[in-house]
Amino acid sequence: MSGRFSLYRFSSPAAFYPLAGTIGKVSTLIAVVLLAIGLYMSFFVAPTDYKQGEGYRIIFIHVPSAWMSMFIYLVMAFWAGIGLVFNTRLSSMMAQALAPTGAIMTFIALWTGAFWGKPMWGTWWVWDARLTSELILFFLYIGFIALQGAIDDTRRADRAGAVLLLVGVVNIPIIYFSVKWWNTLHQGATVSVTQGSSMSTIMLQAMLIMTFAFWAYTIAVAMFRVRSIILEREKDTRWVSELPEVRR
Amino acid sequence: MKGGLSEFFAMGGYALYVWGSFGATALLMIAEPLLLRQRRKAALQRISRLVRIKSEQQS
Repeated sequence: MSGRFSLYRFSSPAAFYPLAGTIGKVSTLIAVVLLAIGLYMSFFVAPTDYKQGEGYRIIFIHVPSAWMSMFIYLVMAFWAGIGLVFNTRLSSMMAQALAPTGAIMTFIALWTGAFWGKPMWGTWWVWDARLTSELILFFLYIGFIALQGAIDDTRRADRAGAVLLLVGVVNIPIIYFSVKWWNTLHQGATVSVTQGSSMSTIMLQAMLIMTFAFWAYTIAVAMFRVRSIILEREKDTRWVSELPEVRR
Repeated sequence: MKGGLSEFFAMGGYALYVWGSFGATALLMIAEPLLLRQRRKAALQRISRLVRIKSEQQS
């Protein structure tokens, strides 16, 4: 074992707890710096759009939050799946820790979408495929949180939540491809993996920096939340009672 | 710069929509870490109480 570093060590909540604290702190710092740069670029560097004027600036939070809403769901489903198959406690805690942030990101995507749709389309909401599937994603997050909260036995709650998450994964490609599969009011992808971007470089850069800022924010809050979940779930263990932050 | 600041906040007539979006986002992203701090405090307090009760039972 000399000098061999093992990732498996961190599948134990006791070992992960301090690491999560460090990752959380570093991510907070990164998020704050990137948010400052991203916001500055969003408002002062990115030029006025020739079609939508200043109104288009909503894109700098709308697209990153929409991306994060889908990405967080996939990461959650991954951890929940691992927890279901290998019965690892920490993976289920990770899934639980991501859920509220995922719900918030989905809410932001829907909210900013409404505030963008009103001036540009003339309506706050339409039952279009993209908007509806994103709303279903929001309900999946809420459903997962409610389900976990409703079952007292943690292991059963984890399993039930994992099944819900894995079934709901089918919604993610529906959201992503909805603008292609259906003739929707929502515009097509501005940035595509296969076709690159149809935006001006400076707008794209601002949007990507905001995306990384949201990413770092998500990691930070998920790490802080998982620490609380570990404490709550392991409150009867010896290592928790011996933590320096626990006052005697 | 004349009218620079008010012009900035006017957002070319889109003030309600731009600030409505950024404002709500800021509110949520400030509230979430604050709620998390509270959750951690509550968890640590409960554990401290648990540890105290246990040590009293042992003695």
